[in-house]
Amino acid sequence: MNPFGHRHILGISQLAPGDITTILDTADSLKEILDRPIKKVPPLRGRTVVHLFLEPSTRTRLSFEMAAKRLSADTVGISAATSSLVKGETLVDTARNIEAMRPDVLVLRHPASGAPHLMARHVDAAVINAGDGTNEHPTQALLDLMTVRERLGRLQGLRVAIVGDIAHSRVARSDILAFSKMGAEVVICGPATLLPPDPAALGARVTLRMEEALEGADVVIMLRIQRERMGQNLLPSLREYAARYGLDRRRAALAKPGALVLHPGPLNRGVEISPEVADGPCSVILDQVTNGVAVRMALLSLLVREG
Amino acid sequence: MKPVLLRNARLLDPASNLDEAGDLLVADGRIAALGRGIPPPEGAIVTDLSGAWLGPGLVDMHVHLREPGEEYKETIATGTAAAAAGGFTAVAAMPNTRPPNDSAAVTRFILDRAAAAGSARVHPVAAVTRGQAGKELTEFFDLLDAGAVAFSDDGRPVESPEMMRRALEYARSAGALVISHAEEPALATGVMNEGRVSTLLGLAGTPAAAEEVAVFRDVRLAALTGARLHVAHVSTAGAVEILRRAKEAGIAVTAETAPHYFSLTEEAVAGYNTLAKMNPPLRTEADREAVIQGLRDGTLDAIATDHAPHSVLEKECEFALAANGVIGLETAVPLALDLVRADALSPLDLFRFLSTAPARILGIEGGSLQVGAPADLCAIDPDRPFAVIPENLRSRSHNTPFLGRTLTGRAVLTLLAGTPVHDLDGRLAPAAR
Repeated sequence: MNPFGHRHILGISQLAPGDITTILDTADSLKEILDRPIKKVPPLRGRTVVHLFLEPSTRTRLSFEMAAKRLSADTVGISAATSSLVKGETLVDTARNIEAMRPDVLVLRHPASGAPHLMARHVDAAVINAGDGTNEHPTQALLDLMTVRERLGRLQGLRVAIVGDIAHSRVARSDILAFSKMGAEVVICGPATLLPPDPAALGARVTLRMEEALEGADVVIMLRIQRERMGQNLLPSLREYAARYGLDRRRAALAKPGALVLHPGPLNRGVEISPEVADGPCSVILDQVTNGVAVRMALLSLLVREG
Repeated sequence: MKPVLLRNARLLDPASNLDEAGDLLVADGRIAALGRGIPPPEGAIVTDLSGAWLGPGLVDMHVHLREPGEEYKETIATGTAAAAAGGFTAVAAMPNTRPPNDSAAVTRFILDRAAAAGSARVHPVAAVTRGQAGKELTEFFDLLDAGAVAFSDDGRPVESPEMMRRALEYARSAGALVISHAEEPALATGVMNEGRVSTLLGLAGTPAAAEEVAVFRDVRLAALTGARLHVAHVSTAGAVEILRRAKEAGIAVTAETAPHYFSLTEEAVAGYNTLAKMNPPLRTEADREAVIQGLRDGTLDAIATDHAPHSVLEKECEFALAANGVIGLETAVPLALDLVRADALSPLDLFRFLSTAPARILGIEGGSLQVGAPADLCAIDPDRPFAVIPENLRSRSHNTPFLGRTLTGRAVLTLLAGTPVHDLDGRLAPAAR
C-alpha cells in the first residue's frame, strides 16, 4: 500500500476530506510541470498505465494519457471497438487478462455503474474510475474542486449550484459528494424529470427554480443536456429547456458578483449555456481542462508511489 | 419398507391447529398414527426427534427449476434435491424455461423428469400466454389435464390489461388459478429499488409504484372477472395495503412474499452486490416491516422462495447486466425462523405459510398431518446452525446474498411418501434399504 492509503480511486464516496486535500495539494504542486518547456518528470518511469475506455471520450482520455506521459509512464490504450469485449468476453475475463500483463494502473471508463468496483476485485493494479455509468466521475469532481479552490482560495462555506440533468450525470454526483465533503453547500436544480429520487442521500438541497439555485451562488456548474433525453420523455424540447434552465448573462447576474461558471464539456452552446457566458470573464471552463491533467498526475503519483 | 416411528417431536399441524409434543408413525408411505406414546410396531425404525419440530412437508409454490433449457443453472433433479434439503416435499415450477411451459408436452416432460428424480413432488405452473409473449392464451384445459396446477407468465407480467382480463375469465371457466407477476414494465426500467441506495450507487431504480399499480390492476380485474388470483412475490408496503383492502372487499385474491423481502433491504445491494439483485428488487426497511405485518395479519397467505438459480456467469459481471434472482429453497426455513424468534410468527404459522396455505391455494395434496395422507413430512431443528457455503448447498447454483453467513435453524429430516429424501444425521438410513 502506498502512503496515500488508497489502492484505487473508485469514487469520491470513498475519500475523506483529508484525502481530497492531499490530492489537491499534490495537483497544485505538479501543475507547474505543464508550463515547463520540457514537460516530463521521471516518477513513473518504468511503470505502465493501461487506459481502458469502453465508452466514447475525448478530453478525459487525452487528459489521462497526457498526465501519465508527463510522469514518464508507459501508456497503453484500449477502446470499446478494439477490445475483446466486442467478441463477447466478459469484463472479468478482460480484467484477468490485463492483470496477467502486470500493469501498474488501470484507468477505466465504462458505461455500467459499479464496473470499476468489479474490476478492482479482480486486478492487483490500481484502478482509477474515469467515469462509470451514471455513478461517479471522481477525477472530474477533483479537477472542479481544484479550479474553484485555485480561484476563490477556499471550498469551505461556498455555495455551489449545479444545474441540469443531475439524475443521469456522474459528474453531478461526484461534484455533490466532493463539494459537500469539503464544507460547501450544494444546491441542485433542474426539471423534476432530471433529478435523482433521493438527492438528500447525496447531501444536496433541491430546487426546481433556476433563479433560486443561482441566488447567492459562488460557483455555478452547468451540465450538458443530452439530446436523447427528449426521446425518453424527460424533456419536451431543447428550446423550452434553454429558456427555463439555460445560463445566460441575465441569469448569471443572479449569482454573487464574480461567481465562477464551470462546465464539464462538451458544451451545447445556446442550450444549457449561452456563448457570452461560456466565453465570459467568469468562465473557468478551460482552467478545468488544464487542471484535469494536474489532478490526474496527482492521482497517478499518489497511487504508484513506492511504499 | 419398514414402518418408521418418529418420537418426542413437537408436532405442528396448522390444518388441525395441533401444536403438542408427541409421536408420528409412518407405515406404507402414509401417516399411520400420531399422538403420545405410540408403541413401535414390530420391525419399525424408531428415532427420537426431541427438540425438533415435525410438521407437514413444506410446499414452495414458486420455484424456477430451469429445466428444460438452462440445465447449467439447475435441473429438476438438483432443484428437487435442494428442495428436499430445505424441507420441501412439493414445489410449483414456474414456466419460464426454454422453451416455456406453454404446452402439454412440456408439462408432461417436467412431470416425467420429476418422477425420475424422486426427491420432491413437482407441480408445473403453465404459461398464461403462448411463449409468455402476452399475445395468445395457452390451452388451459389441456394443460390442466396434463398436470398443470396454475397459470402464470412469471418472470414477466401479462402486459396488456385486456389480455389479463381474458386470462382471468378463461381461467374461471377452467376453475384455474392465475398467478400474477405484478409489475408495470413501463415503470420497471431500473435494476434495483428506486430511492436512497439507487441514488447513492448511481444505478437506475424501479419505484415501488411499478409493483403497486400492477397489483391494483390485477386485483380490479379479479373483481371484474370473479376469477381466483394469486399475487406472487409481494415486496412493497403499498402492495400489502392494496391486498389488505381487496381482501376486506371480498375479492378472491391470495398473495405470497419471499424470505428475502422480510429478511433484507435495498442496503444489501451496497458495493454493487449482484447476489442481492432480484426482481422485484429488495426494498426499504418500511417495506420490509410492512411485509412482516402483512404476514402477521393474514394479508399475505404464503411464503414462497422464488428460488431462481443463476450460474456465476450471470452474476459475476456489471450490476446492470447481472441476472435477477436468488436461490431460496435451502435458506427459507432459517429465515422464516428469524420471524419466529422475533415473535412475529408462531411455529404453527411457519408451517402454515410454508406448507398448509400454499397447498390449499394450489389445490394440491399436502399441508397437513392427516392420518392416512401420504407421509410428506418435514422435521426442523430450530437451533441447528447452517453455514451457507457452496459445499452445504445442493442447488447447482449458489447465488444467494446469504452466502458465507451462518444462519440458525435447518430442516434435518424430509420424508416424501415415507421415504427419507433428506436425512441430515442419517437417522433413518436403514429405512431406505
